[in-house]
Amino acid sequence: MNSKLGRWTLAILAHVALIVAWYLFVRIGNVPRFVMPSPGATLDAFLQPNYDWWANIAVTGTEIFGGYLLALVAGVALALAFSWSKTLEAFFMPLLVSLNMIPKVALGPLIIVWFKYGVFPNSIMAFSIAVFPILLTTARGLREIEPELLDLVRSLRGSRWQLFTKIQLPGALPYIFSGMKVGAILAVAGAIVGEFLGSDKGLGYLMLQVQVTLDTPAMFMAVIMITLLGMVLYGLVLLLERLLVARDARVA
Amino acid sequence: MSRPFIHLAGVRKTYGDHLAISDASFDVMPGELASLVGPSGCGKSTLLKILAGLHPADGGEVRIGSPSHPFDPSRDVGMVFQAPLLLKWRRILDNVLLPAEILGLPGAESRERARHLLQLVGLAGNEAKYPYELSGGMQQRAAIARALVHDPKLVLMDEPFGALDALTREKMNLELLRIWKEAGKTIVFVTHGISEAVFLGTRVVVLTAGPARMADNFVVDLPHPRTLDMKTHERFGDYARRVYRLLGM
Ligand SMILES: Nc1ncnc2c1ncn2[C@@H]1O[C@H](COP(=O)(O)OP(=O)(O)OP(=O)(O)O)[C@@H](O)[C@H]1O
Ligand SMILES: [Mg+2]
Repeated sequence: MNSKLGRWTLAILAHVALIVAWYLFVRIGNVPRFVMPSPGATLDAFLQPNYDWWANIAVTGTEIFGGYLLALVAGVALALAFSWSKTLEAFFMPLLVSLNMIPKVALGPLIIVWFKYGVFPNSIMAFSIAVFPILLTTARGLREIEPELLDLVRSLRGSRWQLFTKIQLPGALPYIFSGMKVGAILAVAGAIVGEFLGSDKGLGYLMLQVQVTLDTPAMFMAVIMITLLGMVLYGLVLLLERLLVARDARVA
Repeated sequence: MSRPFIHLAGVRKTYGDHLAISDASFDVMPGELASLVGPSGCGKSTLLKILAGLHPADGGEVRIGSPSHPFDPSRDVGMVFQAPLLLKWRRILDNVLLPAEILGLPGAESRERARHLLQLVGLAGNEAKYPYELSGGMQQRAAIARALVHDPKLVLMDEPFGALDALTREKMNLELLRIWKEAGKTIVFVTHGISEAVFLGTRVVVLTAGPARMADNFVVDLPHPRTLDMKTHERFGDYARRVYRLLGM
């Protein structure tokens, strides 16, 4: 058997097995619906129009992707600025490492005070939690680039933009992607925590709403939707990495 | 006699309060291959960086170019380092093209030139390969082609063969002499190898232990093209001994 095909088959099998085990557990154990709904009951929740799934998915998706893109741009740009100036790096890097120690979740109530609640503050939450791994790995990748290579470009009076696009960005790309993968997972968590703390729409908000009535099937469905959003983001990152980074240069 | 292409007089360089070069003074004529030898840490790489315009000198005179051989610091320098430093995400041809891209030289002509140079350094047929598919010696040849692609007047080489095994190194020496003759460049070649310095150089510049001062500067009067059996000539031995003595060995 084709080994790649075999791996895919096994991967799908594992997911199906989990759903089957879930079904059997609920069915045989006679678990009450409000403790754990069956897969069927969960899917049924998705078909109820009153939950407004698509609108909520759009809201949470916007928060995750918006915050994440902001984190990517800001993380790479800051790391690049540090590569230009040792003083700048020596001044800001230790500070950023300290800021990274703040549990971002603890900022939630403050963010609500500053930005009210809604899509924007939740994007900020996703941003604040995803930006550090991207910044730190990009800075590391830029440091790994041989200084002689930069000298070569400078001896030709190359511009900073040329230095960035031709040497630094492609050179640091494997590192940037390893930071992006960590950041993708954190961005999802950040957006949801933001919604828990204060919001009037989104999947996290929906979960709080239905929790009151012990509507567990809808909660399950919301978790699945959040997971799927995360998988789409993570998958896009993996796809981009596959397209842009040579296999032998990838950093796990 | 024509004017020197490179004229250094009393060049001084400090890093912070650390004196790296105290007094470097020598001339290199157009089309010469000048070998630069000196103990480790004496400031050879620093001197090349000054010649490349990457660092300013803190004192003395640095003049490159002459009325008959004008020099444009932004496009007349080619550099080769101890490591090939090829971009591993680019094919060999695209690696060679890097300087041409940075200078914004016309694409089609540059590609033609890059192909020609790859042929010159003996890498024809490897244009579409990635660096990891090439041996260390082949990668260094590609790096030499890259240093020539924008047709610079001055090529600065910092121990370019230092990482190669002895046999490959001898071969690369002969190759370099051939390329130098064909390309007609002025080359400043930094090396730790005294016999390499004498074998390659039309001139050998010897620096003292850091901070660099001039220890010697002489023209190597051996015929061209150089052949490996010249290394056994008496005159070759005299030159080599002269350098060894200066370096206290
Ligand atoms: N960027 C720098 N900042 C501070 N000191 C430096 C810097 N570059 C070189 N030096 C110092 O200047 C001196 C000369 O260094 P350089 O690299 O020019 O020596 P070198 O002759 O090329 O040595 P080697 O043969 O080992 O390559 C050394 O003492 C080195 O520590
Ligand atoms: Mg050196």
